Amino acid sequence: MDPLRRSPSPCLSSRPSSPSTPPCEMRGPVGIEAVLDQLKIKAMKMGFEFNIMVVGQSGLGKSTMVNTLFKVWKSNPPDLGVPPPQTLQLHSVTHVIEEKGVKLKLTVTDTPGFGDQINNDNCWDPILGYINEQYEQYLQEELLITRQRHIPDTRVHCCVYFVPPTGHCLRPLDIEFLQRLCRTVNVVPVIARADSLTMEEREAFRRRIQHNLRTHCINVYPQMCFDEDTNDRILNSKLRDRIPFAVVGADQEHLVNGRCVLGRKTKWGIIEVENMAHCEFPLLRDLLIRSHLQDLKDITHNVHYENYRVIRLNESHLLPRGPGWVNLAPASPGQLTIPRPFKVCRGAHDDSDDEF
Amino acid sequence: MRRISGERATRPCLRVPSARRGDEGLHQGDEASQKMSKQQPTQFINPETPGYVGFANLPNQVHRKSVKKGFEFTLMVVGESGLGKSTLINSLFLTDLYPERVIPGAAEKIERTVQIEASTVEIEERGVKLRLTVVDTPGYGDAINCRDCFKTIISYIDEQFERYLHDESGLNRRHIIDNRVHCCFYFISPFGHGLKPLDVAFMKAIHNKVNIVPVIAKADTLTLKERERLKKRILDEIEEHNIKIYHLPDAESDEDEDFKEQTRLLKASIPFSVVGSNQLIEAKGKKVRGRLYPWGVVEVENPEHNDFLKLRTMLITHMQDLQEVTQDLHYENFRSERLKRGGRKVENEDVNKDQILLEKEAELRRMQEMIARMQAQMQMQMQTGDGDGGALGHHV
Repeated sequence: MDPLRRSPSPCLSSRPSSPSTPPCEMRGPVGIEAVLDQLKIKAMKMGFEFNIMVVGQSGLGKSTMVNTLFKVWKSNPPDLGVPPPQTLQLHSVTHVIEEKGVKLKLTVTDTPGFGDQINNDNCWDPILGYINEQYEQYLQEELLITRQRHIPDTRVHCCVYFVPPTGHCLRPLDIEFLQRLCRTVNVVPVIARADSLTMEEREAFRRRIQHNLRTHCINVYPQMCFDEDTNDRILNSKLRDRIPFAVVGADQEHLVNGRCVLGRKTKWGIIEVENMAHCEFPLLRDLLIRSHLQDLKDITHNVHYENYRVIRLNESHLLPRGPGWVNLAPASPGQLTIPRPFKVCRGAHDDSDDEF
Repeated sequence: MRRISGERATRPCLRVPSARRGDEGLHQGDEASQKMSKQQPTQFINPETPGYVGFANLPNQVHRKSVKKGFEFTLMVVGESGLGKSTLINSLFLTDLYPERVIPGAAEKIERTVQIEASTVEIEERGVKLRLTVVDTPGYGDAINCRDCFKTIISYIDEQFERYLHDESGLNRRHIIDNRVHCCFYFISPFGHGLKPLDVAFMKAIHNKVNIVPVIAKADTLTLKERERLKKRILDEIEEHNIKIYHLPDAESDEDEDFKEQTRLLKASIPFSVVGSNQLIEAKGKKVRGRLYPWGVVEVENPEHNDFLKLRTMLITHMQDLQEVTQDLHYENFRSERLKRGGRKVENEDVNKDQILLEKEAELRRMQEMIARMQAQMQMQMQTGDGDGGALGHHV
């Protein structure tokens, strides 16, 4: 497996290693493995960027969930006194978090006002517009003649969609939104406020949602078509079986059996957020941060962004005319909110496989 | 007594004695009887007491008659799907009102509009019969665009009033069936930060037609503090938008202290935050109705956990009052509006205006075409006239 494939920097091209080159025999240690250390040092110096978007109706615990995930207490105290805005607004906040010398520049985009009105037609348009705008900005930077060494990456790497815990099935609004968004960005649906469902209700609800997702061809992260080898497939299948995760968020600590845990205290018990028997928050946290963060970024860069780039370049009739040629027609805002079907991305993926 | 505004005067009514209270004297202008009822309640039992006439037995007669006749009550439940409406109704009346219920899938939900489903059940307890009708409104709030979702509900309520008005004005009034909606439980989602725009719009549309009782559903997802905060927010918003919800009547001064205290507690807990369940769970050695979670058991009938008992008490002790307010206030309003219109069919004003506009536009177009035709004709005549004139030498 090509070590460059897992590089932290999105600037390096990530082409899979060619199967036709035979591995050669080594007569003694050369020191190639030192490359990993060099990569690590470079990555720590540069830091990582991660952009996440949270979408859902007001009151489903989006801000609390972000606080619980990244333990960012100071920002965004869930402002319960403010009524939801009349139209959908997009609100981005950036934090720089550091842990054991690793710096992470985290940007959280919130979407207050989603799905709260009486008439929610086209409430997804501003969100799609924002995502495409970020792709456009990156594209413009990439097409410059003299490019920056490190293009600032504001593209949305992951969109967490909060499904209200009705216990029945996905609502028409959820389905419309997910269908449109899963073609443009990695979507991770979660069952919000899961402390209102018992274990049996939770399982039944999850099965129904999975059935709905299959019926409506909604391809959520981790997508089956991007599994690279059997290890990935096994790991991701386990995750796919549990998606959507039933999560509970909390930003207050309570004392349970002598330990200080994050949780919600009620008259009939304390709901521990990090206890797997109570809710699946640890799974979500592991997916987003501990195991799949880099994968999310890679898929955004290699698949979603490439799709966008192909569409834009075709629209501007830009064929490579020679070194240094850039004449990109300005994008009209209405054009790109129509997502293309997934066939395009599979085609691109297959092409790159065929070439090598 | 007719009352159009929201004011409710105290009612000099004949009160049917409920199970809670013993014999209560008939309120009359007769001073003697009042004095006797207040001072010497035990003397009624002995028919040989001087001055005893015997009409203090009237309440018992009314009681017997109404028990024989039975009571009718129609309850409407409105709220988004998945808020536990059916579970709560089943818990309240300890029945299974929806035995063959199939929850529709997501694809069906997309195409569906709001429907009205009424199920009637006869409940009997200690000889007292209650004919309970529960009107469910599946599909409410499901669609992406919910602008039209309350039209069906409002037309159903009006239809029931219309039918009663028709029966009341008919010749044979012996067996009028009262299907008017006496009470509407409106389910508010506990996940929001208060009332949603849809909640406000719906309540404003029906607060003059039916008694609204707001209920916070799935209350086991809220901590105590969150619950208090949400209740306060909802009450503030109700006041802000001038929504008229059902207010419990104040306990009258001659009621006993317990009843006054109970009424006070009930009034302070509106909107009720409830949890419904019909499953029996073992908790602390006894079987209770509740919901079993890994972190504890939520008991439905525990007043510290939720307001289910308060809601049930309110419904039962005030069933009669709900019916009276429906009859005296909402129905009378509807009746006066209908009779003022002189019995004409209900016209939808918006449709009328649009139609009139369209008709006027069509007329304008016709007139314009006619004018154009006339002009063309005149021109042609002038031209032929010119030709002739030219030939005849008019324009020399």
